[in-house]
Amino acid sequence: MIARSVALQDEDDREITSLLGAYIAFATGWLVLSTAVGLIVAFKFAYPEFLTSPYFSFGRLRPIHTNDTFYAWASIALVGLVFYVACKTCATRLYSIKLGWVTLALFNVAAALGTVALDLGFNNGDQEYREWIWWIEALLLIAILTAAYNLIMTVARRKDDDIYLSNWYTMGGIIWTLILSTVAFIPLYQYGLGQVAVQGFFMHNAVGMWFTPLTLGLFYYVLPKLLNRPIYSYALGVLAFWTNLVFYPIIGAHHFIFSPLPWWLQTLAIVFSVAMLVPVWAGSANFLLTMRGRWEQVRRSYALPFVFVGVLGYLLGSTQGTFEAFRSLQAVWHLTNFTVGHSHLTMYTFITFGIWGGIYALVPRATGRAPSLTLAGLHFWLATVGMAIYILALSIGGTIQGLVWMSGAPFIDSVTAIAPDWLWRSIGGSLMFISHLVFAWNVWFMLSGGERVISRVEPISEVA
Amino acid sequence: MSRDGRLVAIAGGSGLVYLVLAILMGVLPGMALSKTAPGPGVIPLTAEQQAGRAVYVAEGCSYCHTQQVRPLAMDKVFGRPSAPGDYAYQTPELLGSERTGPDLTNVGVRQPAEVWQYIHLYDPRAVVPQSIMPSYHWLFKVVPTTPQGETPVALPPAYAPKSGVVIPTARAKALVAYLLSLKQPALPPDMEKAARESEQAMAPAKPAAGQGAAAGGTAAKGFDYASTGPNLYGANCAACHGAQGTGVAGAFPPLADDPVVTTANPTDHVKIVLDGLHGKSIGGTAYGGQMPAFATQLTDEQIAAIVDHERTSWGNHAPTVTPSDVARIRKGGK
Ligand code: HEM
Ligand code: HEM
Repeated sequence: MIARSVALQDEDDREITSLLGAYIAFATGWLVLSTAVGLIVAFKFAYPEFLTSPYFSFGRLRPIHTNDTFYAWASIALVGLVFYVACKTCATRLYSIKLGWVTLALFNVAAALGTVALDLGFNNGDQEYREWIWWIEALLLIAILTAAYNLIMTVARRKDDDIYLSNWYTMGGIIWTLILSTVAFIPLYQYGLGQVAVQGFFMHNAVGMWFTPLTLGLFYYVLPKLLNRPIYSYALGVLAFWTNLVFYPIIGAHHFIFSPLPWWLQTLAIVFSVAMLVPVWAGSANFLLTMRGRWEQVRRSYALPFVFVGVLGYLLGSTQGTFEAFRSLQAVWHLTNFTVGHSHLTMYTFITFGIWGGIYALVPRATGRAPSLTLAGLHFWLATVGMAIYILALSIGGTIQGLVWMSGAPFIDSVTAIAPDWLWRSIGGSLMFISHLVFAWNVWFMLSGGERVISRVEPISEVA
Repeated sequence: MSRDGRLVAIAGGSGLVYLVLAILMGVLPGMALSKTAPGPGVIPLTAEQQAGRAVYVAEGCSYCHTQQVRPLAMDKVFGRPSAPGDYAYQTPELLGSERTGPDLTNVGVRQPAEVWQYIHLYDPRAVVPQSIMPSYHWLFKVVPTTPQGETPVALPPAYAPKSGVVIPTARAKALVAYLLSLKQPALPPDMEKAARESEQAMAPAKPAAGQGAAAGGTAAKGFDYASTGPNLYGANCAACHGAQGTGVAGAFPPLADDPVVTTANPTDHVKIVLDGLHGKSIGGTAYGGQMPAFATQLTDEQIAAIVDHERTSWGNHAPTVTPSDVARIRKGGK
């Protein structure tokens, strides 16, 4: 009897492990592809004649970079990890492994078709982060729908009565995104200025109600696991959950400060951008306090440094966002490259580092194969140094851009003034890209590479 | 709470809260603002301009160019503050979120010359050496000889293909038609006045009723445009006449050693800046470009600064003018 159930559990483990492995493998492929595109785009700022061809032109590659990093890299990786976390925290099998594969296929097909269509010049009216044409966007919507169903049904089968905090964030995130994508998808109320309002709402909710809660849910599982101690305060996590839910949807219009959108809508967005400090600081403090006094352990681990940088990215990026929303500062920074720095401080330093932390923490545990500590360290330092150069350069350059505009100098002076920072961005971006190649090598190692033994994997205990 | 109750509360409850917020913050503002009526003088695009707008969207121009003029002093070079009614016929919206290149809301007024637009699209560096905009070669064809009824693009030799002539495709023509259509209609006088006043205000101000954010000013410190000649020349003239006054062969005349610029009497020189110019031959050379009128865009002080810069640079040594000279010529004096 006991032997039988152990065998069954092994079978379950094998299934979820190969599903997780497939999600991570595809996501990694998309990361390399989409950031190769990002790097080409970055070099075009310094060398505008580099690759003059419609298929390599700035205006077509840029949405490929953003949509593929969003929906192919970060989304696929997060959904794979989130399924795994749900199984572990609920001590159950995934509701449907088959459906899990269907979701993965849908994400990949949507991303592949979206990439090709954008490169041929077919897009959804330059609406940032929803540029795929409608029927490709519909495939993405179905992918999210299937993932939501699978996740909720898995949590419904949990062993305990309680639902662990991680699953609050991940279930919430996936349901909110389903609603968000539907609202953004229906064209009926999206004409002229109406579309501007929906776009502001969509843009910020895509980052704040999808990537943010999924990554936070991952942190709530990975940190206690790796550190072998419970999360500092469960209550703080619950507070952050509800405040994030209520405040985030209101701040969308801060993308259009000084635009002809109604003034009160902009003001409301600014007020709630300040309110966002509550969930952001509550969440970050919770993670940092969970790590307190364990810095030696963080230093020696290969997953924890990534999580640590991810938490800092969340804290700094979101706090920066609050300041960016103020009219007085928007007068300098709005429409400049400072925003692009913010996008990467959040989507890269927070989300991407967070995902890496999750992968290095969970995949070796699932497969029994760990990467070499040296190569994980190389990945970490290349990515960290590259990211720091990228963000510093654009924060300085963006500020200069804004000041040149305010000085009344000819517009072209703002282009020449920021040019050195664009070059620095390409240098930082190159380091980041090389780190992604190292990461891809590590993923291969964790999935099917060398004969690493399970004892190399960091100790786990079943807290949480 | 029961086992299932927990799941329903967390997943269903938070989903419901979000659904309500999504309707309040996304759907309802979308519905209300979709009905924004066109402002005075705002008209739909022609079929060709509409086709050009589709090219603009397909090539992703809006990733670098905004189409929203903010009620801030620094945006004044791009036109009057945008008003809600300006966007009535604009779906998809192209407000943009980054200004790597200049705002294009009013580019049809600022840069009305078709030939400039063609040269610039074919290779931006042919007219603006420091530009980092891509070259849109694929919107043009290189042919051995000019076909009947086509006008070749007047490229400076350094930027032209080694052999053959460059002619625009239908897509390029549509795109240029669209760009030239981008002209802000004037606001009715009372709205214009309110917009300008709030722009001057030092403190963040609430917009006058009926105009939304267009009139909402903030920390704008009056008209702070750097008023030195070289700056004004760089912003308004250099794209066509060159930063060194060299012009663009066949399209825009050089100003170095130009007869109108170097003659002692400044009347013609000032008049051309005020009223614009089109289809004139200089020293036997015809120029295809069209110069916009600056009378309503620049003050007497600014025009005097520009004219003086032109009269004293690049080897030119002509007598300079004062703002009162410009005012006199503006009124029709000699
Ligand atoms: C090697 C790494 C990367 C490089 C070199 C890079 C480069 C770039 C460049 C050149 C742009 C265009 C900026 C502009 O239009 O001015 C951009 C935009 C963007 N990238 Fe990346 N990127 C990288 C990684 C990522 C990753 C991993 C993500 C997300 C997970 C990401 C998200 C974005 C977003 C959201 C934007 C739009 C920014 C905005 O509109 O403010 N990037 N990136
Ligand atoms: C409290 C949290 C945050 C606030 C108040 C905030 C605020 C802002 C503001 C005001 C802008 C517009 C800047 C401009 O257009 O000049 C912006 C842009 C952006 N933010 Fe945030 N942010 C926050 C968190 C985040 C997070 C967590 C992410 C990603 C996971 C993120 C991703 C982005 C991206 C990608 C953009 C660029 C969008 C574009 O292309 O215009 N932000 N944010």
